[in-house]
Amino acid sequence: MAGTVAEPRIRVEGRACVLRGDDIDTDRIIPARFMRVVTFDGLGDHAFEDDRRQAKGDHPLDDERFADTTILLVGRNFGCGSSREHAPQALLRRGFRAFVGESFAEIFFGNCVALGLPCATLSRNVMEEVMDSVELDPSQELVLDVEARTLTHRGGTVPVEVPDGARAQLVEGSWNATAVLLEAGDAIDAAAERLPYVQGF
Amino acid sequence: MGRNLLDKVWDLHTVRELRSGQTQLLIGLHLIHEVTSPQAFASIRDMGVRVRFPQRTFATVDHIIPTQSRARPLADPLAEAMMAELERNCAEHGVTLFDAASGRQGIVHVIGPELGLTQPGMTIACGDSHTSTHGAFGAVAVGIGTSQVRDVLATQCLALARPQVRRIAVEGKLAAGVYAKDVILEIIRRLGVKGGIGYAYEYAGSAIEAMSLEERMTVCNMSIEGGARAGYVNPDDATFEYLRGREYAPQGEAFERAVAWWRATASDPDADYADQVELDAATIAPTVTWGINPGQSVAVDEPLPALESYPVDERAGAEEALRFMDLRAGESLQGTKVDVAFIGSCTNGRISDLREAARVARTGQVAPGVRTLVVPGSHDVARQAEQEGLPEIFRSAGFDWREPGCSMCLAMNPDKLSGRELCASSSNRNFKGRQGSPTGRTLLMSPAMVAAAALMGQVTDIREVL
Repeated sequence: MAGTVAEPRIRVEGRACVLRGDDIDTDRIIPARFMRVVTFDGLGDHAFEDDRRQAKGDHPLDDERFADTTILLVGRNFGCGSSREHAPQALLRRGFRAFVGESFAEIFFGNCVALGLPCATLSRNVMEEVMDSVELDPSQELVLDVEARTLTHRGGTVPVEVPDGARAQLVEGSWNATAVLLEAGDAIDAAAERLPYVQGF
Repeated sequence: MGRNLLDKVWDLHTVRELRSGQTQLLIGLHLIHEVTSPQAFASIRDMGVRVRFPQRTFATVDHIIPTQSRARPLADPLAEAMMAELERNCAEHGVTLFDAASGRQGIVHVIGPELGLTQPGMTIACGDSHTSTHGAFGAVAVGIGTSQVRDVLATQCLALARPQVRRIAVEGKLAAGVYAKDVILEIIRRLGVKGGIGYAYEYAGSAIEAMSLEERMTVCNMSIEGGARAGYVNPDDATFEYLRGREYAPQGEAFERAVAWWRATASDPDADYADQVELDAATIAPTVTWGINPGQSVAVDEPLPALESYPVDERAGAEEALRFMDLRAGESLQGTKVDVAFIGSCTNGRISDLREAARVARTGQVAPGVRTLVVPGSHDVARQAEQEGLPEIFRSAGFDWREPGCSMCLAMNPDKLSGRELCASSSNRNFKGRQGSPTGRTLLMSPAMVAAAALMGQVTDIREVL
């Protein structure tokens, strides 16, 4: 994590996994009992564990057609609820490098950017088309171009939304915020000194 | 045009604008706990960086701590390892830790305010989504992930985009039996679980102004359940009186200077908002969730909405929720049998919540077959409850009185549902599996309603009990 620059994340290419459903919360992505850890190692094995167990093998993450996919296609408000970074960490360790969906919960989105994982959004109709296309031909390679803000699939290239700030962080390789924030140096102390409560009123 | 609190506080804490368009925002108070901080400490250790402002960083242990025996080492070796890691990190970096032995341990969002750490006009961050709770004091408080905990440890700053502000005015008087919990559940039901994305919620109006600070905390706590990362109430005299004399609040003349500064951070009367919404307090009823997200709720005496009443693209979700919960549209929740009653959490684990629940508990006995947990939010809350004789009231009614922690809100400690158990819960999330059993079910409601459900063995309209 040290260093001033992170690796730019301009494009993510690869096959995709279709995970339908709205409001999928981070408790479902990684149930709390797996957070009794002091590192993120090994979390990938438990991604969606309870959902997968209840689906008895009929879960997209256990679907052979979606084995070794790198882009996760999701619905609306994905990653809502708990701020646990364990959720994107688990998905990252499971092999996902980007998320495309109708919308993302704010903290999940921020956690993803902090790991260099782009989250791009599309309208519900177009999202449906992309999901249908991938289900029809799971072997197709998708290209998420963060810089150009497009998603290319077998059916064509569609525009996606990535907020300006996140796009800049990913494309410029400044998504490791710690390094960027440290650059402010003494300006941090100066800002603190201006605040009466830091000075004890 | 005047300015709102969020914009004022944001500007006061801006270190610089970043090239990404985000703000480098100074964080006035960083609260940490055992679950989301160990990896962040490991990371700054690797970087060779120390905690930048250890005196503005405070720690406690809440998520994993057992609510029965807290003897060390903890029975769960994984929990013990997390606790030991937090102790080591705090000692190494000179961070104050309120552990069980300190007598001031508790849920991080309960102890911040009660110690007077949480103050108006501050920016507050914590690796927990319910950090929005602290907004009740007129602070801008956001939940963050572990990489951002690292950012704050190393730099006392966050890179954040400034949210827009939606003012939610709740006007009028709440009816008897209607609590702050019902108000926020109603707001989430109306605006949706993702309606707040990109917004901070400013809660205002006569019903909010009439609330105690504890009630305001309940409202702000669940902002994130409505998709809003932060929620706040403008500070007023009630806020200042709450803080007066608290350990970390300014004392003496400094307190008076603080009040003047705090007052100035409140939104101006002619402040600008991106959006405004108004609710009539009188229309809010005791509310219960029936589904698997906190927006799926209904007045306790009304039938569950028909699937056709949902927008087409929400029907599949509603259907999935009904199936998981084993509930039917058209039927009321009243009379639904409950297996477990949980009173506690950062939403409703404060003294006023326990008083209301005890008022109900006093009227009867826990129904046969119902398992109960009453978990105070902190040692301070527990001490106050003891002074008022509340544990005795709960125990005589058959409730199980426990030690402070997050407990069955998220079931990271031994307090869990098992199998398909249905839990009446005063917590904040009814997600699948949230309370520790992958197939367990949660009905969110006010603490008084949970107590009533425990006594009757079924979901009960609190207005029939009070």
